[in-house]
Parts: sequence; structure tokens; C-alpha cells
Amino acid sequence: MAATESYPDDLRYHAEHDWARLDGDEATLGITWFAQDALGELVHYEPPEEGQTISKDTPYGEVESVKAVSDVISPLSGEVLEVNAKIVDEPEIVNEDPYGEGWLVRIRLSAPSEADSLLDVDAYRQLLADQ
Amino acid sequence: MQTLQRTPLHDRHVALGARMVPFAGWEMPVQYAGVIPEHRAVRTDCGVFDVSHMGELEVEGPRAGDLLQALLSNDLARVAVGGAQYTLLTNEQGGIVDDLIVYRLDECRYLLIVNASNAKVDHDWLKEREIRGSDVRDLSDECALLAVQGPRSIERLGLDEAPPFTFASGEIDGVECMVNRTGYTGERGVELLVASDDAPALWDAVLDRGAVPCGLGARDTLRLEVCYPLHGNDITPETDAISAGLGWVCALDTDFTGVDELRRIKAEGPARRLAAFVMRKKAIPRSGMRIEEGGEVTSGSLSPMLDVGIGMGYVPAELAQPGTDLTIDVRGRPRRAEVVKKPIYKREESP
Repeated sequence: MAATESYPDDLRYHAEHDWARLDGDEATLGITWFAQDALGELVHYEPPEEGQTISKDTPYGEVESVKAVSDVISPLSGEVLEVNAKIVDEPEIVNEDPYGEGWLVRIRLSAPSEADSLLDVDAYRQLLADQ
Repeated sequence: MQTLQRTPLHDRHVALGARMVPFAGWEMPVQYAGVIPEHRAVRTDCGVFDVSHMGELEVEGPRAGDLLQALLSNDLARVAVGGAQYTLLTNEQGGIVDDLIVYRLDECRYLLIVNASNAKVDHDWLKEREIRGSDVRDLSDECALLAVQGPRSIERLGLDEAPPFTFASGEIDGVECMVNRTGYTGERGVELLVASDDAPALWDAVLDRGAVPCGLGARDTLRLEVCYPLHGNDITPETDAISAGLGWVCALDTDFTGVDELRRIKAEGPARRLAAFVMRKKAIPRSGMRIEEGGEVTSGSLSPMLDVGIGMGYVPAELAQPGTDLTIDVRGRPRRAEVVKKPIYKREESP
């Protein structure tokens, strides 16, 4: 079952429809409800390598629906500590639970202050409303 | 800005929450609940597609048959009144202007149901070649077309069994329509041609009978699983029928546009062939991707039934044999695929 629309207020958002959950010098990343809804049922997740360095505002992986491919843009820079292997096997979990079980990677931040430039939930909702 | 045409069912699609997309100059539903559940509904039960964007051309007159026999690849003489035939409109080079189904309405009258993107090209092509005693008319604006497909489709519509590639006039819950035993999914089913004004009533009746509304997304994955070519992707005016594996719809003993070229390609053997393949590594092939051994992907998707990436593409003829390994360049990542026999998906026959 697809999730109903929501944007948790404890997350930081990137304008390319990605979220970050900050935890000290680490963060968990994923795509927002809006992104998974726009794509439709996800059928493939092409993850980065663990240990790989990823950079803010650049693609670190790809998600695909039956009809479309989309880059996943990193909201923050850092080193990939863990890829959610469950999503590689069952990408539809992103549709069912985009902010929980559907997380994509966990990273160690190389520039924690970058988080200051991300959107809070109100700003992200405003961005969606303006589209 | 281009204005998109709308089918008579546009409001129905919007009310059902369909995602509407531009396609061949039309605003069409790509999905309702989702491509995968819609695809499965057609493989296991019954789905309905609005394919009113397709073109309908009528060719009438004492020499209508002569005109069409000279322009279409298949042997029209083998089609009796009440019968239908899959055939190709070919150019002088043996290339495919369009693929279509011709229905013989009576001795001197034929209906051609053609791809939306080619409806105007086809009409002009036929019109320019009209001969005395043949008249070509475009009926597309007057007609809507619903494809009702799936193993339970005939039962759900309350129809009698009939052989594939036949048609009859009929009605569904009081709505008169032409009931065609044809389709583009590899399943049993019908295509219902109906007057535009009656289309909403027919759509409602078909949904009431339990058909699941399906969009163009599922239509594409269904046809790809059974390796039906898509014009504009797998077959074009630059590709010939022999290389595309459509030699079986070319009556090379008859005389039609491009037949000499097709005879030559058949005799010499095509340099490349349209092969079907399945990914052996997790990846989804897409149209336009390079095949490292030669050629490129012309259609690709995930197979909802097999849950693997599948596709078709032109490869050097010697690589078109089932079992041959191919490497698909998936946005810079080489991913292994294997050529398989067509169709890619076949229902397991009950013992």
C-alpha cells in the first residue's frame, strides 16, 4: 500500500525532494513522499558503494519506476556508511514508508554546517505549494 | 503551445484519479492505481484501456481491395468478410510506415485501425495513392475504441467465444459496438469500436462488469512481455519487416510496395535482427541504451510478471540466437543480458 502524503517536521529537506534525518555527525537520507508519488511504484534502486564519498546537490544513486528513472540527489556531503540493502531487494518499500523503512543511505557528514542551508518542513511545504 | 486532443472518456479518467500524460498529440491516462496492479489485472482477470487515440480509416469501393493489396504487406485476399489481419504499410525501401489491423467489413469495404502517431501519415499515404474505384476516409473523430483484455474478459462482458482475428457487430448492456477479437496484450480479449457519443456509456458498462481501468503504462509492459513491436520504437520507416521478425506478415509472393527489397533481404539474410532479451543482472534496460556487442535497445522495462528487466533491440544477426550473452550499457554501467526466445512471457500451460 502506498503511504499517504506526509512531511515529518523533524527532517530537513532538499529542493530536489530528498530528506535528511540528522543524528550528530551522521545522517540518514531518503526521498520525500512527493518524489515517490511522482515516480510511481519503485522497481529498482541503484545504490552507491559503501565507503563512497557523496557530495551535496549531486546524484548518489538512482531510483526507477516502470516508466521512469530518477537520480537521487544528496542533501549533504559525506561518506556512505550503510546502504539500505532491503530497498535493493524490495524498492516498493520506499512507496510504503518513505521516511522509515524506506531510507536509502546512512552517511557520516564531512561538512555538518551544510545542514543549515536545508529547508525545514514549512519551507519545503511552501516549495511544493509553489510548484 | 500545442493543444492536446482529448478522448470522449477524458472526464472519466480524471474522475478515476488517472495520471494524464501527453502521448502522440493526445492527453491520455498513463496509469490509475499503478502500472503493476493494472498489468496483473490483465494477466489474471480483465482490464480495460481507452485507446480512442488510435486512428480509424475506411477504404471503400469496388477496387478498395486492389488498392490495399498493393500497399499492405500481408495477403489481403486471405481475409473473408468478418475477418481481420495484422499487416504492415510499407515504403519503397521495405521500411515500415505503420503496423495496423485491417478488418474486412464487406466485399468492398475495409476498416484500418492504425497507430495514433501515424494516423495522419497513413491517411495521406493512402489518399495520395487512391485509384479510381477506391475512396479513403478518416473516421477517427467519430470513433472511440476500448480494449477489454484478460483471461476473464469474454466472460465478464457476457460475450460468446469467437476465434481471434474475427469481428461482429454486437452490444454490451445495450450499447451497440463493433466487437473485434484483437488486442495488444497477448491475452484473450476484444477491442470495442463505438461511436464517440456512446463511449462513456460503454466505459461505464465495462467497469460495472468488473474490468479494471488500465493506462498506457500497463499497455506498454504487457505488449513488451509478449514481444509485440511498438511502432516508433521497435519498427520505423527505417527498419524492415524481415529484420524485425515480421516476415510472417509479408506475403512475398504478392506485389506490394517495397516487396523487391524485402525479397532481397530475405534471400541474403538480414544484417541485424530484433532480439528479445532478459537482464541477468539487476537493471532495467531502456530505449536508446547501447548494446556493447552492437546495436541498441529499442524497448525496455521491468517485466511485472517475471520481476526482471526485459527488452528488445537490434543486434548483429549472429547474436540474435537465444542463449547469446549481451551487455547493455545502463547509464555507464555494463549489465549482462541474455537473448531469449519470443515471447519473453508465456503463461504456463495447464497440463
